[in-house]
Amino acid sequence: MSVKKVYDKQPKEFKFSDENLKKVEEILKRYPKKNKKSAVMPLLYLAQRQNDNWIPLAAMKYIANYLAMPYISVYEVATFYTMYNLAPVGKHFIQVCTTTPCLLRGADKIVKLCKENISPNENEISKKGNCSWMEVECLGACVSAPMVQINDDYYEDLDEKSTKEILISLIKDKPLKPGSYRGRKNTSPEKISIINGEKHA
Amino acid sequence: MPKITINGKEIEFEKGMTVLQACELADVEIPRFCYHEKLSIAGNCRMCLVELEKSPKPIASCAMPAAEGMNIKTNTTFVEKARKGVMEFLLANHPLDCPVCDQGGECDLQDQSLYYGVDKSRFVENKRDVKEKYMGPLIKTQMTRCIHCTRCVRFATEVAGVPEIGAIGRGENMEITTYLEKSMESELSANVIDLCPVGALTSKPYAFEARPWELKKTESVDVMDAVGSNIRVDTYNWEVKRILPRLNNEINEEWISDKTRYSCDGLLKQRLDVPYIKKNNKLQKSTWDEAINLLVDKIQSVQPNEIAGHIGDMINMENALSFKKFFKTLKSENLEFREKNFYINPDEKMNYIFNSSIAGIEDTDLILLVGTNPRHEASILNARIRKTFVQKKIPIFSIGNPGDLTYEYEIIGDSTEDIKKIVNKEHDFSQKLLSAKKPIIIIGESALELKSGGYIFEEFKRFLIKNNLINENWNGLNTLVQNASTVGLLDLKILQDKKEKSSSFFDDLKNRKFKLLYLLGSDNLEFQKNDEFIVYQGSHGDRGAEIADLILPSATYTEQNGLYENLEGRIQECKKASYPIGEALEDWKIFNQIIKKLGSKDYKVNFDELRKEVLETAPNFSSINELPKKSVIKTNNIETSFFSEKIFVRELDYYYTNSISRSSKTMSECRQIRQKIKKDGTNN
Repeated sequence: MSVKKVYDKQPKEFKFSDENLKKVEEILKRYPKKNKKSAVMPLLYLAQRQNDNWIPLAAMKYIANYLAMPYISVYEVATFYTMYNLAPVGKHFIQVCTTTPCLLRGADKIVKLCKENISPNENEISKKGNCSWMEVECLGACVSAPMVQINDDYYEDLDEKSTKEILISLIKDKPLKPGSYRGRKNTSPEKISIINGEKHA
Repeated sequence: MPKITINGKEIEFEKGMTVLQACELADVEIPRFCYHEKLSIAGNCRMCLVELEKSPKPIASCAMPAAEGMNIKTNTTFVEKARKGVMEFLLANHPLDCPVCDQGGECDLQDQSLYYGVDKSRFVENKRDVKEKYMGPLIKTQMTRCIHCTRCVRFATEVAGVPEIGAIGRGENMEITTYLEKSMESELSANVIDLCPVGALTSKPYAFEARPWELKKTESVDVMDAVGSNIRVDTYNWEVKRILPRLNNEINEEWISDKTRYSCDGLLKQRLDVPYIKKNNKLQKSTWDEAINLLVDKIQSVQPNEIAGHIGDMINMENALSFKKFFKTLKSENLEFREKNFYINPDEKMNYIFNSSIAGIEDTDLILLVGTNPRHEASILNARIRKTFVQKKIPIFSIGNPGDLTYEYEIIGDSTEDIKKIVNKEHDFSQKLLSAKKPIIIIGESALELKSGGYIFEEFKRFLIKNNLINENWNGLNTLVQNASTVGLLDLKILQDKKEKSSSFFDDLKNRKFKLLYLLGSDNLEFQKNDEFIVYQGSHGDRGAEIADLILPSATYTEQNGLYENLEGRIQECKKASYPIGEALEDWKIFNQIIKKLGSKDYKVNFDELRKEVLETAPNFSSINELPKKSVIKTNNIETSFFSEKIFVRELDYYYTNSISRSSKTMSECRQIRQKIKKDGTNN
């Protein structure tokens, strides 16, 4: 992880859509009126959703004005959290978990495949323009390591073969189904052995 | 009072103190980087770790409230080891560039690593690299040196009131920057340089100029505005290298404004070093003898009442007194020091000073600004208002629109009609003012300049007296003057001694009654030059020198001793840190020479006598550096006339207010950036 760079081609304007403005009002209701700046994180997330999964500077300014905060404070929050993207990402945005359990189970191979199939560097949009990938810290699915997150879905229990299939399907714009790629249901145990007459996973 | 044990010694402390403050009471030194008395507590450098009995871990003393019965130890091996550990982490990414770092010699990190650190580093990996950040023409950054104490961030947000600095990224990648690397838009921005405990933020104009141990340090007073901030002037040979603040909780706390700090490069430029005489419409170098002979001839060729003198904004009291004496020998009464004809009632000291005192602002519960922009007219005073606003959330009101003052205020009117309503209790605001226990009314020069300036001042005074808001304990009537010399000159009775005359100095000037105009360091007087003979006596080739027929070079405030009276009426001493350039002389010496040439026998002064007389003349004088004695007036019989006028707050060209700042390169850079921001509108 390195400090996130702000994209150089910024759109001039940003405004919440009417639909999102309703959501914003809903969000603001969760916080005391005098502390409305507490809503900065959900609002940034909403802006990211609206703007193809990344937050332009205009959106930060818009939110800062909306919540009566200094620009730098919004900027601080947006740069602090890794899940806010400050530059455009692919339509299929692949986040590869490379924290210890996944790495032990072969996340480095997934990274290698991403480099070969999508783009040689992280946060770079693929040639065809619909994918990008990045390494992330633990996504909390260690039980089915190694895994990747593609947009909102988890693809788990991966190996080189299944990863490659998934990546190719993404490039073709026909994504495969999320979930376990070893046929597990949720995180259920696969092999059941009987020790001293008791079932153990 | 609760008790705490520190290194086996039991001491009493006040409730609400932190462990670190209690340790200071016990004279135990605690190393620290992020903790600063005037800022909020962050607790992120971990340098102040101490041992607390029964606590398994060391505690950060700056953030831990002291409690009854705590047993603190700071001299154990446990603490020593903790400090060494913290220091090793701080130094892990800190470059070893002390030999080329401007902070070297006055660096907290350098000093503390010597006392509390380890002698060698175990860190063999590459140090992190951080790009330099642009923070404007005053602040030079070298962000690899930053240890993330966040003092600068807290200063900008809390004291300066311009939340423009922040920490982006996180963990190892955290970086301190301004929003999109814009310059910081504050008059107090350069204080972050003093706050920075390392060499991450250093002074751009002072970069690689000198080492702190080479400099001669002179404790002095600032004259850029009327606040009288306490400063330290650092000189190397003749040159003033830099100006730093001196702690004075009564006035400037630990801060000074950017103009105070960075005008000093103007002391080296545009200086008048020899007398000049205008010949064939061109100023030509001359000698003192020739210049004084010419002046004496001119004086003798005109009538005394055709001679007029104008005293400038940075003239000290001794020089002003000798000027007054000089005019007495000339038998002329046409002395003036105001740049614009604003109303001032010089009979009582209370009428022209900031009676509530700067420290007294913290006691107030309501502030009314009348035609003043304290942010530009007295930045340090504005910081004090902001401090009070942040701590106590006091309501602040303004008549006239001063623009962004770094705190919230409400505009309750923009004309003299509103003031009439307030003093006649017809305005909604009157009740608020009356229900306040310690209200402050600050009347600025913009309001006093109006035709009804007298009305504004006297009616507010009458109102406060009538409602017992001027009493022994509190005086809420304040005049905010803009020039360092103003209050002192009023004390010297420059205006009062004039006999009752129908026409004022300004009218006479306009009607071209004067044949000889003597400008003593006066550059801001606006008038159309006619066929007057103009003598300019001053330090800089500025507006005054431009129109002069005869120029006599004199010393600046850093080059002579002198007394200045700040807006509170506090007399402070400005000390000689350097020498006048070339053939320039102190002003009083020049007058002595002229008087000698004029053939007056009875008059020759020396400096000590002048000072003695100044202190004797100043009304309500208590002692140097102290507030004047209080005087309470119970009546106000002065009748003034009312005009219906709009109150505009005159915009001050903040970085260009006097001849020194106009000569300073740094100030003109700041001014350009400020104007650009104003034009582009890229303002928060």
